[in-house]
Amino acid sequence: MTSSKWFVALTAAVILAIGLAACGSSSDETTGGGSGGGSVSGEIAGAGSTAQQAAQEAWIAEFENENSGVTISYDPVGSGGGREQFIAGGVAYAGSDAALSTEEGELEKAEKRCKTGQLVEVPGYISPIAIIYNLPGVEDLQLDPETLAKIFNQEITSWNDKAIAADNPGAELPDTRITPVNRSDESGTTQNFTEYLSEVVPSVWSYEVSGDWPVKGGEAASGTSGVVEAVAAGEGAIGYADASQAGELGIAKIKVGSEYAEPTAEAAAKVLEESPLDKELSPGKYTLAYKLDRKTESEGTYPIVLTSYLIACTKYDSADEASAVKAYLQYVVSPEGQELAAEQAGSAPLSSALTAKVTPAIEAIEAG
Amino acid sequence: MPQVDTTTNAGQLLAAASGGRRRLGDRVFSRTAVVAAVTILALLAGVAVFLASEGLPALTASASELPEGKTFLDYVAPLAFGTVLAAAIAAIVAVPLAVAAALFITHIAPPRIASTLGYLVDLLAAIPSIIYGLWGIFVLGPAAVPVLKWLEEKLGWIPIFEGPASVTGRTMLVAGLVLAVMILPIVSAIAREAFVQTPRKLEEGAQALGATRWETIRMTVLPFGKSSVISGAMLGLGRALGETMAVTIILSVSGAVSFNLISQANPSTIAANIALNFPESSGLAINALIATGLVLFAITLVTNMGARAIIARQNHE
Repeated sequence: MTSSKWFVALTAAVILAIGLAACGSSSDETTGGGSGGGSVSGEIAGAGSTAQQAAQEAWIAEFENENSGVTISYDPVGSGGGREQFIAGGVAYAGSDAALSTEEGELEKAEKRCKTGQLVEVPGYISPIAIIYNLPGVEDLQLDPETLAKIFNQEITSWNDKAIAADNPGAELPDTRITPVNRSDESGTTQNFTEYLSEVVPSVWSYEVSGDWPVKGGEAASGTSGVVEAVAAGEGAIGYADASQAGELGIAKIKVGSEYAEPTAEAAAKVLEESPLDKELSPGKYTLAYKLDRKTESEGTYPIVLTSYLIACTKYDSADEASAVKAYLQYVVSPEGQELAAEQAGSAPLSSALTAKVTPAIEAIEAG
Repeated sequence: MPQVDTTTNAGQLLAAASGGRRRLGDRVFSRTAVVAAVTILALLAGVAVFLASEGLPALTASASELPEGKTFLDYVAPLAFGTVLAAAIAAIVAVPLAVAAALFITHIAPPRIASTLGYLVDLLAAIPSIIYGLWGIFVLGPAAVPVLKWLEEKLGWIPIFEGPASVTGRTMLVAGLVLAVMILPIVSAIAREAFVQTPRKLEEGAQALGATRWETIRMTVLPFGKSSVISGAMLGLGRALGETMAVTIILSVSGAVSFNLISQANPSTIAANIALNFPESSGLAINALIATGLVLFAITLVTNMGARAIIARQNHE
């Protein structure tokens, strides 16, 4: 009998241990110390958006190159995870495809995380989203927003539909079936694309805006690379992906105002420049959450854009950490940093007008 | 039998030598074994506790708070359906293939070829699932496109081939086939182990009675290995149910609940859904995903218990 009691006790003890381990949260300690050639030192950790991953990697490599005493890590756990880790104090800065929201008190919690300091939230990565398609024999496809929405909600099912023909006078459209391709994982790209559709053509696109693709029955693929691969593999397929990843695929021009616009870096940056701030989401001096003007009709803009934010505090527990975060973010939004991201990740550099707005927020970080 | 007597005597002698107490080596061994057994039980229980405690908020939340604004049951049902469907396709394809391969290796092939072939089948298990996934989208998927088209045209009247055929090949049928390849080695290895142990005298007896090679196999090898084949199939099914990476990469998921295996609209599986949505989820959505994990855990548990029950009944007969 005693041995069976012992067995039960041991089982209970191990369960408890495992349960505790499972419930405990892990946190990356940021520690100061270490010395090097640069003016700043220490280790800082960031986490968040996967869209920013390529750019963050390039920035980190270049920044560490110039400041040998600093070690920066960026964990592409996803925007939601990045915001969560930032609020929990696990990381010093976060990258997020959406501004901190007022839902579930996220914005408030983030402000509290900064204790006596203030919250810093600025756009740091802009990427145009291209409409990619695979239709041999058809180059320079042009679409107006309504046709685009009808293709993606599966109302238009054939490439020789009248609506597409009307946008493309003179083009010979085959009767191939249209296979719309969407992301199967939750993503900021989907969020921004559906936001565009629902704002510009709400009569056609009645779905709620979310990072999850709302329409059932389409072809779905995971990640930007998955979508690109599926579009490349399927004749008659059309999808949406970061413009830099489109490769050899055809890119559709989208009607803005009276013209058809291409997803260029300049056109993407221009939209953000002309957009107002979202007052509700930008309570502080240093929070710049934009309400993108998707309905813009001004020439030279391309409104299907992903804006990814950098989130940080003006004060940190250690002065070393604050200086490192400040120096790094200064570099990220600097013309050199933005140029590097454009080269390495295909993003659109912040325009000089935007840089002028963003820089003061980062300057406000109180370096020790 | 003299041999048995010797061992008993030896055992008694040893016990006497240690003064009626078990010796140190024995005690260390038995304690170690108990600890190992308890650890495994506790790990299992720990996982269940984690799934239940983290999933609970989603189970009790109202529909409006959950992803897609559905109740948890409505959320998990299509996923559970997809999980079971993909695993079922895999098992239906893989089990006969694995049994046939095992028979060939153990009873038909010349010894030299047999051992090489057995080694090669085992090697399939060493390939990481992500490689299977990439193979699925880059090779099998595109190669399947004309086949899917043909199935739609010729066999479209069967609901599972209703179509419209996918133009990328990233369908439930292809995902199921890749899963079949993935579970083939484990099912085959277990069947092989069992078939090899068929008593020689049974086979020779059948042959002496004039049975052909197929009849020998049907009357001696297959009945002898039946319970092992079933348990191997269930192990394979378990792996297919939980397989994540390959399905995540291959399957075009759009939440549709349908038996149509060749179209672009497929239900997702629980594991793939977690992998796809975890990175960008936060708050209650994470609890919901973990709760779906609990459902998967339950499905796997029920499958394995079912297999145990079948095997137990087999052994009784």
